[in-house]
Order: sequence, then C-alpha cells, then structure tokens
Amino acid sequence: MSRGTLFDKVWKLHSIDQLEGGQTQLFIGLHLIHEVTSPQAFAMLRELDLKVAFPGNTLATVDHIVPTEDQTRPFADSLAEEMLQALEENTAASGIQLYNVGSGKQGVVHIIAPELGLTQPGMTVACGDSHTATHGAFGAVSFGIGTSQVRDVLATQTLAMDPLKVRRVEVNGALSSGVFAKDVILHIIRHLGVKGGAGYAYEFAGTCIDAMTMEERMTICNMAIEGGARCGYINPDQTTFDYLRGREFAPQGDIWQQAEDWWRNIASDSDADYDDLVIFDAAEISPTLTWGITPGQALGLDETLPAIENYAVDEQDLIRQAYDYMDLKPGQSMLGLPIDVVFIGSCTNGRLSDLREVAKICELHGGKVPTQIKTVVVPGSEAVKAAAEAEGLDQIFIKHGFDWRNAGCSMCLAMNPDKLVGRQICASTSNRNFKGRQGSPAGRTLLMSPAMAALTALEGKISDVRPLLHKEVQS
Amino acid sequence: MSSIIKIAGRGVPLRGNDIDTDRIIPARFLRCVTFDGLGEHAFADDRSQLKAAGQLHPFSNPEYAGASVLVVGSNFGCGSSREHAPQSLQKWGVRAIIGESFAEIFFNNNIAIGVPCLSLSAADIDSLQGLIEDKPMLEVEIDLAAGSVIAADFSFKIKMPEAARQMFVRGQWDATGQLLTNLGKVRTRAAQIPYLNKFTP
Ligand code: SF4
Repeated sequence: MSRGTLFDKVWKLHSIDQLEGGQTQLFIGLHLIHEVTSPQAFAMLRELDLKVAFPGNTLATVDHIVPTEDQTRPFADSLAEEMLQALEENTAASGIQLYNVGSGKQGVVHIIAPELGLTQPGMTVACGDSHTATHGAFGAVSFGIGTSQVRDVLATQTLAMDPLKVRRVEVNGALSSGVFAKDVILHIIRHLGVKGGAGYAYEFAGTCIDAMTMEERMTICNMAIEGGARCGYINPDQTTFDYLRGREFAPQGDIWQQAEDWWRNIASDSDADYDDLVIFDAAEISPTLTWGITPGQALGLDETLPAIENYAVDEQDLIRQAYDYMDLKPGQSMLGLPIDVVFIGSCTNGRLSDLREVAKICELHGGKVPTQIKTVVVPGSEAVKAAAEAEGLDQIFIKHGFDWRNAGCSMCLAMNPDKLVGRQICASTSNRNFKGRQGSPAGRTLLMSPAMAALTALEGKISDVRPLLHKEVQS
Repeated sequence: MSSIIKIAGRGVPLRGNDIDTDRIIPARFLRCVTFDGLGEHAFADDRSQLKAAGQLHPFSNPEYAGASVLVVGSNFGCGSSREHAPQSLQKWGVRAIIGESFAEIFFNNNIAIGVPCLSLSAADIDSLQGLIEDKPMLEVEIDLAAGSVIAADFSFKIKMPEAARQMFVRGQWDATGQLLTNLGKVRTRAAQIPYLNKFTP
C-alpha cells in the first residue's frame, strides 16, 4: 500500500467518513461544471428538492457546444442554445459563477481553471468530464465524474469514492529536439496500455517531468485517463509556484508564503512508498502519433505499422478492426500519409505554448497550407486567444493558410459545427481517436503534437519536424 | 433505497473489447438537457454502419429486443465519463452488464443509476455469449447475494468488488442519502482545509 505520497495526504485531508458500502466520502475543494453533463444533475437536485451546498466552490463555463465561428446568440443550433440557456438558468438560480462566452474568461473548463489560478496544489477537483485529470499537473487530485456524481457534489460538495493505488511513472533524462510532452504521454500510454492504469492514480515524476513547464505538465496529466488511470498528478514545485503567482484566484499578499509552505509539504515525501514503479528513458522517445482507434495504438515516426501477430491473442481482433477502420496495413510507414483535416486545440494542446509551437513551425517552413487541406486552430480559452493575438500569432496562422477560430472544444469531440465529413482523416492535437470521435461516424483521427500537426498541415501529409528544427539549430 | 439482488431476463451479447462511451452514445446525442430518449440512440453509429454493410448489430436484432442483461468483453465503457452512456443502455432496457472488465468511471456511473456491472473470465464470457447467440430466448439469472449467473445448465461465479456487491445487496447503491446525512461533518471539515481558509494554520 502506498504511504506518504501526495495522493495519500490529499485523500486523508479530504476524507469525511467511511460509508456503509465501504467507499470513502471525499470532500471536493473545486467543482467545475459545463453545459453537457450538468443540466440533468440540476434536474435531479430539483426532483429531490435539494440546494447547491457550496455554490462558491463551483465554477461553470460553456465549452463543448460553442460554435467557433459565429457566436451570436441565440446560437444557430437550437439544441446548443437550449443547453447554454439551461446552464445560465441553473447557475443564476444557485449562485454559481458562470464564465460565459464573451466574458474574457470562457474556455475549455480544464484550460480556464488553471489559467485563472483556481487549480492549486493539494486540492481535490471534480468535474463531469474525464479530462479533469489535467488539474493533476498542479499536484491536485482530480477526478472525472458522471452526472449522478455531479448531483452529489452539487448537493454535498462530496463524492463517494473507492481508494486507489499509486503508481509512480518516472520519465528521466532529456527529450530530443522535435519530441514534446504529447509524444511523452502517447509513449507512456502505448507501453502501459489503455487499461494499464485501472485502479491507480498515476504520479508522473522523474527529471524529464521536473524540467517541464506547467503547460507541458498539463498535457501529460490530461491524458492519464487515456491510460486507464483514475487520475494523474505531478508533485508541486517551484515551476508550479512560479506559474500560480499573480493569477486571479491564487493566494495573494501575505498568505502567499503560507500557501507555498503548505504546498511544499503536501508533495510526496522523498521516502514515500508506492504500489508500483515504472521508469521510462526520455532519450528513447521519438515523435509519436496514433494510427488506430485507441490512444494506445501509437507508434514512433521511425517505425512501421506493427504486424497483427505482434499483439497478444486477445488484442488481435481490435488491431484488425483498427487496420480496417483506418484503412492502413501492417508494415506501412505513417510518414508521408496524406491527410484531409488538421485540428489544433483541445484541453490537451490548446494553450499558448502549443500555439507558439505551431507558429514557429509555420515560420521555419515558410510555406502555406495546400488549399485542399482544411485546418482549424482553436484556442483553448478566450484568454489564450487574446494572448495569442497580442503576440501576433493569429497573423502568422492566417498568413500560412490556417483557419483561426474562437475558443471551445470544437473538433475534439465535434458537438459544435466543426466536424469531419465522411472518411476524412484528421491530424489532431486532441486526446481521443475513437471511431467517430470527430463528428463523422466514419471519420479517422491521428493524435499527435501541435508541431507535428502544424508541419503535417503545411505539407499535406504526415511529416517529421526534426529535420526542420535541426536546420534551425544549425543556421 | 431498494436492494438489487436478483436480475433475470434475456441476454444480449456484444462481442469486442475496449468499446468506448463514444461508441455507446455518439457525442451528437449529448446535445440535450435530459436523459430521456437516449435509449433509441444506443450504439447509433455501430448500428447504422453494420446495417449499411448488410449486418445486424445486436441492439438492432429483433431476437434480442426486450433483453435486459448485456454481455460484453473487456474494458467496456472506456473513454469519456458521460453518464449518457449508461443512461442510454438503461433506457434501452439494460438492467445488468456482465463483462470481462469495465472502465472505472463507467462502472461507478452504473452503480449510481442502479445497474450492476459483473465480471466473468474471458472464457466464461465467450461461453455465455455463445449460449445466448444459440438461444436468444434463454433466461439469464443473476444472483448478487449468491454471486452467481445461471444460464441454461451453466452456472458461472461472478467477480465484483465486494463493496459494490454489498451496495446493491443492501440497497446502498445510491450514496446521495448517506452523503447528505454527513453534511454537518462536511461543513466542519471545510472549515479546516487550509486552502479554503487562507492557509491559516
Ligand atoms: S477539449 Fe475535448 S477532451 Fe477536453 S473537455 Fe473539451 S471535449 Fe473534452
């Protein structure tokens, strides 16, 4: 059993009671809600005649259904409009802060809470959305939950949870040029499997993770759920504190030092015990992308697609299905594969540093996206959009033929008008490549880093950023 | 709160592993403010794709209409945390799911709506699916107190985390009531959590 980890400490601090069924009643410090998974929860509350217990600990935004082009109200999609209206009514009636479109603070829920300084070390965070794992980048213990649980958090600010084991996932050493946080997490999931994390919280650690910025760490933790882990986190350190300092909801003035002291103490002890330890060598990670229909079906750009016999017998069916669906063949290389659409954005890679990486690739390459390729660059939040435009990134995108949009989830799951059509194949910086994920039941998704996606757009085919970046170093 | 001990009904076998919640209920059907009406859209894309290929998805197959025990492979319900997925299955008629394994959020979402997810070994799943495919009218009987599934002359021992099994047997699967009872304790704790109290020691 783990002992002395951040997870153990946070769990203990927030445990209210042992429930009759054996679960723990856990206090939730920060509850985030959005328009897709909350309306039914509010309806359940009304049915039970219950009120929101701690409205001040809940924050709402709208992200999944917002159109990224014309955002005038009412939205053209009447169902989307109805969902936003429900959120507006529910939050107003219960005294919950809503960051609506146009507020300057709206965006993908997992992007805005960190950038506002709401997500802090040692917290418990819950949201009716599986990528709540993102907040773990700050050393918060964060859970994606279903709608009945959203109801529970609204009614009591607590959740009934089963305890978890803790696996330390170390990545040590330096990444090669052209290899990014996205490649690291795709590599980890590829090796530990999409169900490898069942029953675990993942503690990401090691010198490679230590050297990462907060935005890179968010990319890592965001996809912990794709590895089957219930949550993922990184111990808070100076990088975390530097990021938080001065943000709207971060501790201010005199209490900052007290906060920092407490945050340092909540981190895992140096002699903590873990239930499991896995170690990766950063130097072995190459630019990685998915080729199949689960985030674990990934490969390095230098490799060729695996033979079906390489997989365990009980996995071969799924691999065959993946080849069929993606229209790919064992032995084939992904390099040079023509694509139709490029999506840059999402809570995995929709932050400012991701957009800067895209702009950098544009300038190094110098060319323009071929006209037959559709691109959508979607900032993760209104704040990211404003910051990107202040730096002139939007002008770079437009000059190089990219379509620059407003903030939202967009084509990550295509609940808004941004969708794949037919069998289109999309180079995407999002987190899921499930069949039909990007809005067309037959659409195909390849997950990759923003840099790889950008160059892929400019070239119209899957491309390797390393030679381009190498030239930059030499010149 | 009512206990859920015995569930008996016809089975519907769904072969394949890693079936994610986007498959169970595609995102476009999430554009709604209630769960009503989700039942008819369960597996919408898989159903229409198979139909176009001249095949029949189990959820479209009239032989399985009215079935209430869904039998699946491993890592069922992975991906998105959307409760719309278990809700759509429940609204379609599913009252229990037997599988090799389940994704955790999906498993918990099912507990919250009173649909037990039970595990059998891969070999047993295969046999059970085979039995149902041979005889769709076969009655599958789940007994959570005894920890067994009986179908025709076969009896399988189910695996389920003990806590979850007890919750159904004792009628404690809906935790909201219990959570509410502790609201006093919750307020006391909230007043002690450093980050909610300006980090004053
Ligand atoms: S960006 Fe994608 S993964 Fe993230 S919250 Fe939105 S839909 Fe979910």
